[in-house]
Amino acid sequence: MSDSSDENDSQYVLYRDRPEWKNVTPLKQDDADEPVVAIDYTEAFVDCFDYFRAILKNKEISERALELTQTAAHLNPANYTVWQYRRDILKGLDKDLNEELDYIETVILKQTKNYQVWHHRKVIVEWLKDPSKEKYLTEAVLTKDAKNYHAWQHRQWVIKTFKLFDGELDYVDCLITDDVRNNSAWNQRYFIINNTTGFTEEVLKREIDYTLLHIKIVTENESAWNYLRGLLLHAKEGLSKNKRVSDFCEELYASGNRSPFLLAVIVDMCCEVASDGAGDTRYTVERAKELCGELMTKYDKVRANYWQHMIETMDNVGKKGTEDEGSSVN
Amino acid sequence: MSLDLKLRPIVDIRKCKFNTENFPTKSSDEQICVEQAVQKKYEDLHIKLKVHPSLPELLKEHHKNFLYNSITYLSSGYECLDSSRPWLCYWILHSLSLLGVQLDNRKKKSVVKFLSKCQNEDGGYGGGPGQLSHLAATYAAVNSLVILGTEEALASINRQKLQDFLFRIRQVDGSFSMHVGGEVDIRGAYCALSVASLTGILVPKLLDGTAEWIVSCQTYEGGFAGFPGMEAHGGYAFCGLAALVILNKGHLIDEQALLRWLVNRQMRLEGGFQGRTNKLVDGCYSFWQGGAFPLLYTLLSRDGKFPPNHIFEERALQEYLLVCCQSPAGGLLDKPGKNRDIYHTCYTLSGLSVAQHYRGISILGSKRNAVMPTHSLYNITPDLARKALLYFSSLGLPNKGTSDT
Repeated sequence: MSDSSDENDSQYVLYRDRPEWKNVTPLKQDDADEPVVAIDYTEAFVDCFDYFRAILKNKEISERALELTQTAAHLNPANYTVWQYRRDILKGLDKDLNEELDYIETVILKQTKNYQVWHHRKVIVEWLKDPSKEKYLTEAVLTKDAKNYHAWQHRQWVIKTFKLFDGELDYVDCLITDDVRNNSAWNQRYFIINNTTGFTEEVLKREIDYTLLHIKIVTENESAWNYLRGLLLHAKEGLSKNKRVSDFCEELYASGNRSPFLLAVIVDMCCEVASDGAGDTRYTVERAKELCGELMTKYDKVRANYWQHMIETMDNVGKKGTEDEGSSVN
Repeated sequence: MSLDLKLRPIVDIRKCKFNTENFPTKSSDEQICVEQAVQKKYEDLHIKLKVHPSLPELLKEHHKNFLYNSITYLSSGYECLDSSRPWLCYWILHSLSLLGVQLDNRKKKSVVKFLSKCQNEDGGYGGGPGQLSHLAATYAAVNSLVILGTEEALASINRQKLQDFLFRIRQVDGSFSMHVGGEVDIRGAYCALSVASLTGILVPKLLDGTAEWIVSCQTYEGGFAGFPGMEAHGGYAFCGLAALVILNKGHLIDEQALLRWLVNRQMRLEGGFQGRTNKLVDGCYSFWQGGAFPLLYTLLSRDGKFPPNHIFEERALQEYLLVCCQSPAGGLLDKPGKNRDIYHTCYTLSGLSVAQHYRGISILGSKRNAVMPTHSLYNITPDLARKALLYFSSLGLPNKGTSDT
């Protein structure tokens, strides 16, 4: 779990052997007498954190304390107490925060999936009010791991806080071109539009075209189908009455395609028409049930229970409908 | 009702392979790699079955030993979790209780003592002695103490101060930060609501705006993100849903969209769950995704009619957990090729529990594979949750509600 670190190098000097730390009495961890989830710490780990506890107790704000937090954060980057204290020191010493930005960048590039390091970065950027390096940093991380959740969250925060939406749609388009199954990129697409133009009729038309084009390439790509559904949440006419979408689906179906996501959308179109009571005659409850049956037994067997549930839900709605009618007559 | 589940026929599994449609990308390459490793596990099993018809078997004794040793000592490899020691306690204690193991009194006492060392003056618990209070560590500590279940354990929680701590990290919009000066995300809302409801310190002022904030995390895909605008994700979806159910505000979300998103997270070949659309299977999502179903059933059945069966494929999930996620030396893991660890041991066993227990018990393999049921909100066994809820409600709200005025 830990990589080979500088502390394993022969040159590494323990804090207890450093002359500048002679005047500090290390503070042992106050564990219970009997060991409980007691980690078999390395010598360097115990040494560093004994001194960390000692200066934390005295709230020492100094250069050596700042240096110590760096070692402690290196030994355990998830130690939020270390990072919080480090921020106190940075403030107390009025340090150059641009240097801190460089430092935390190197840590993030090694620890890309850690809440604390990204949060530290965020706070420093807030203090500096300078977001100019953030897109670059998140892109460096996303180049290696295009779905890194922390990187995306940081990027969204920067973009929204500092209004940096320009060029983001192009960036997302690059990622989708690179991997059409990158769901984080599709989500980012939604995020940008939601926070800029909104889903106006014009934007919707453009986005529906874009999405259908990508579905055509990979018809079993759930990311694109989900995005399509997301778009249609904003369409006044709903799922079934967008002719562009329904014609696309029918054509795909007629061509013999049985992508479970295609069939699922047609099922929902049928349900929508049924609950509206009127609409496109292609969409009926009978057709929905038939499709559910096919999904259950053939095209989406792992979700058989779900498709069965959908059929039962339709039956219940149907029953309820006739009961309601009956009571209204009486 | 007791049901014996049968393995999926291997010929069916072979037909579940990912279809790249002649358009491979990084996502599909990785998916195919995992499918090959998983399929190999299933192929091997079907060969072994001819000699050992009782397979697949939950290696209970091995897991118990692994966990029992870990409650005392952990290797230096766990240094990266030195700020999550109450989590380590919870993962181990809950795993053991799912396996039907109780600690002896002496051990219980020492765990209570240790967690008390993590409890700070401000009412929260830190990731270890001397560390700042952290909401996730607090959740893990409270759950651990509830699992220990002794008077000493339950009484060790300072409820008044715990409530003060929750008020301190509450944000104006109803969300919660993980510690003073820490990050805000949906884990905070769940952890806060979980400990507050369990220990009986939930007051309306603590929750102003929280439900609305959580609802704003539901994405166009139907799942929940960690923060508004982000991608739907299994761990966060559980947090969001459980928090809303505690608040009794589940009706505010699009339930059908959540259900659709959830069922689609189950992988057709592997049988386990992925955390996000087009990502890879991971044993821990057996609970984060699987565990969301029982909560969702309560929302879907407002007229009191619950679904007759699980809406996901509980047999395939058990198959994945038993065949692909067990370390032969004890402990469980993410997916074939990964190392065992305590986190995955806890959430794979929790997911197994969810898959086995719904309106009766449905078990893949021998009856000896059964684990205990789990409470769908708190993920501790239901008897212990009930005991704690009764204990704390008998104490009433903390006396001086100073911080909420």
